[in-house]
Amino acid sequence: MSAPLTLPLQNRNQAISLEGVYAMYKVALKSRMLENKFSSLYKAGKILGGVYVGNGQELISGALGACLRKGTDYYAPLIRDQAGRLAFGESLLDSTRTYLGSVKGPMRGRDGNVHRGRPKEGLFAMISHLGTTASVVSGALMSERIKGTLKGKVGGTCIGDGGTSTGAFHEGVNLAAVEKLPLVVVIANNQYAYSTPNSGQYACEKLIDRAKGYGMEGYSVDGTDIVACLDVVSNAVDRARDGAGPQLIEANFLRLSGHGEHDDAFYVDEAIKQSKLGSDGLVNAKNFLMEKGMLDEKKYQDLHDSLQAEIQEAVAQAQQEPDPDPFKDDWRALSSNLV
Amino acid sequence: MSITYIEAIKQAQDECLAEDDSVFIYGQDIGNFGGAFKATQGLKKKYPDRVLDAPISEDAMIGVAIGAAINGMKPIIEMQFADFSTVGFNQIVNNAATHYFRTGVPVPMTVRLPSGGTPGSGPFHSQCLESIYSHYPGLVVMTPATIEDAYYMLKEAVQMPDPVIYCEHKFLYRWLKADKLGEPDLPINKARVVRSGKHATIVTYSAMVHEAVRAADALKEESDWDIEVVDLRMVKPIDIDTVLASIARTGRVLVLGEGFPWGGIVAEVVKQIVADGFHLLDAAPKTLNSKDTPIPFHPKLWSTHRPTPQSIAQAMRELLHQ
Repeated sequence: MSAPLTLPLQNRNQAISLEGVYAMYKVALKSRMLENKFSSLYKAGKILGGVYVGNGQELISGALGACLRKGTDYYAPLIRDQAGRLAFGESLLDSTRTYLGSVKGPMRGRDGNVHRGRPKEGLFAMISHLGTTASVVSGALMSERIKGTLKGKVGGTCIGDGGTSTGAFHEGVNLAAVEKLPLVVVIANNQYAYSTPNSGQYACEKLIDRAKGYGMEGYSVDGTDIVACLDVVSNAVDRARDGAGPQLIEANFLRLSGHGEHDDAFYVDEAIKQSKLGSDGLVNAKNFLMEKGMLDEKKYQDLHDSLQAEIQEAVAQAQQEPDPDPFKDDWRALSSNLV
Repeated sequence: MSITYIEAIKQAQDECLAEDDSVFIYGQDIGNFGGAFKATQGLKKKYPDRVLDAPISEDAMIGVAIGAAINGMKPIIEMQFADFSTVGFNQIVNNAATHYFRTGVPVPMTVRLPSGGTPGSGPFHSQCLESIYSHYPGLVVMTPATIEDAYYMLKEAVQMPDPVIYCEHKFLYRWLKADKLGEPDLPINKARVVRSGKHATIVTYSAMVHEAVRAADALKEESDWDIEVVDLRMVKPIDIDTVLASIARTGRVLVLGEGFPWGGIVAEVVKQIVADGFHLLDAAPKTLNSKDTPIPFHPKLWSTHRPTPQSIAQAMRELLHQ
């Protein structure tokens, strides 16, 4: 076996190499395990706020995060992008501190969980109102263009099937296309927006058909296939980086959980669950890597144990840190001194 | 060489662009066309890469400003009319306004809102929206009433690290003229006593400052009343100290605004006066706004919908005879 690759994956050749696939698989698995931990902690009443896991979305999410370069590129993740965040380089502690309410987290108790971000490091902090990230990332890219430093930079963001129905999403991707920005937009089509199936969300045959309408390059991908996800995303990121303009990707898979941990997802169609769409991409990826000799049961167990230890350490660290103190918070919504 | 209110806005933007490479302007038809009101006329030629036309996408325009501001730029967004900013409302109040508190990273952007009524503009090109933006924590809201304030406040707004909603009044654009731009006389966060008096105070802002002064002049001529007029200039935050100091001199107050009457800046000022200056009042505070209907199109209806020097004078007579 050749030397292990580390993220970010520099180009499509790296991304679809067995080493590249393995590097991203590790992050996807770490994401699943971390969110399983959050889910357990939620059920034990230890989490502040809700838990919205990315089960089923790890491959497409991780692929985007893995192909973006922290320090150069911009990334605006959405609620089910734990894998993309880890792949982009967000620390485990940023996650655990936010979910567990430590004042040392990036949001200092002022906002929770999936809203976290480090905007100065190119990791934007989402708001709950869907569709708003495409234009925000576009703004960062336009500012690079104004400064003359856009060359070689890419912005990436993710939206769900439901989020594509917002006016904000339409405005944002249309603007990116008009400005020919190097923006990669992943539509994570997990078949349901909370409880609403796609039939209640859009009437076109495939969401990716809209790419043509926007004047974007568009790609459809099986979100349960790790190689396909890396292939399509790395190609789109490379194209954007090379100046081909904005890229739209639709990944199809099934949300393998409720909307949040409070939701048992009784409404999910049994037929979809049994279909290929309903398969667990992480299991598929493990099988693929075992077939290719990149993984065996012993190596998987070692990887699992080491990730578990890493996660446990980040949880334990956050759990012993202080909560925010309402009497010490400066309670200022403005940074200017006007009063 | 003379200068109008809108020319002051254009000059301020021109200088902001010249002095600071991180400033850019983004809005509909603001490039070669020079903007619906010509507030950017000629700027595209001087700064081709930093005066940019936007699609009709107010939400995305604000999103662009947020992403650019986080990334070290100082964007100015021109809304074609204040009314259309409601399409970008979500990005302003939920994204830009919350960002500093949530993340510690400020969002230095300025949103210019051509505000207020002109005859014949109707329900969707006449609104005053300072009240709804002032409601949200995390925004600074400016309402300049003079050529100098239009100029100096815009220049400060652009350099301010927070999102600023800059409400420029369309009625004042070409109606206010001066031989030259005057010197700044007050910090931007201080209210200004624009007319001294002793019998009652009118607290107002934006174009209504001029209507209030006309009403005060009429009352002086009619009955020798001396009415003090206070221009808030900035409506979020509010300089309530200057307001209270005026009421300490006069004992009576009318709070006046062009916006809709329910809630808003006028109600907020009355709330603060009553909470902090109840003991200064010789009579219940009075308020005057537009009518509680959409803004009518026909000039005859419009001119009655908003406060006028006549309706202001009438409100003052009632206040003075209480």
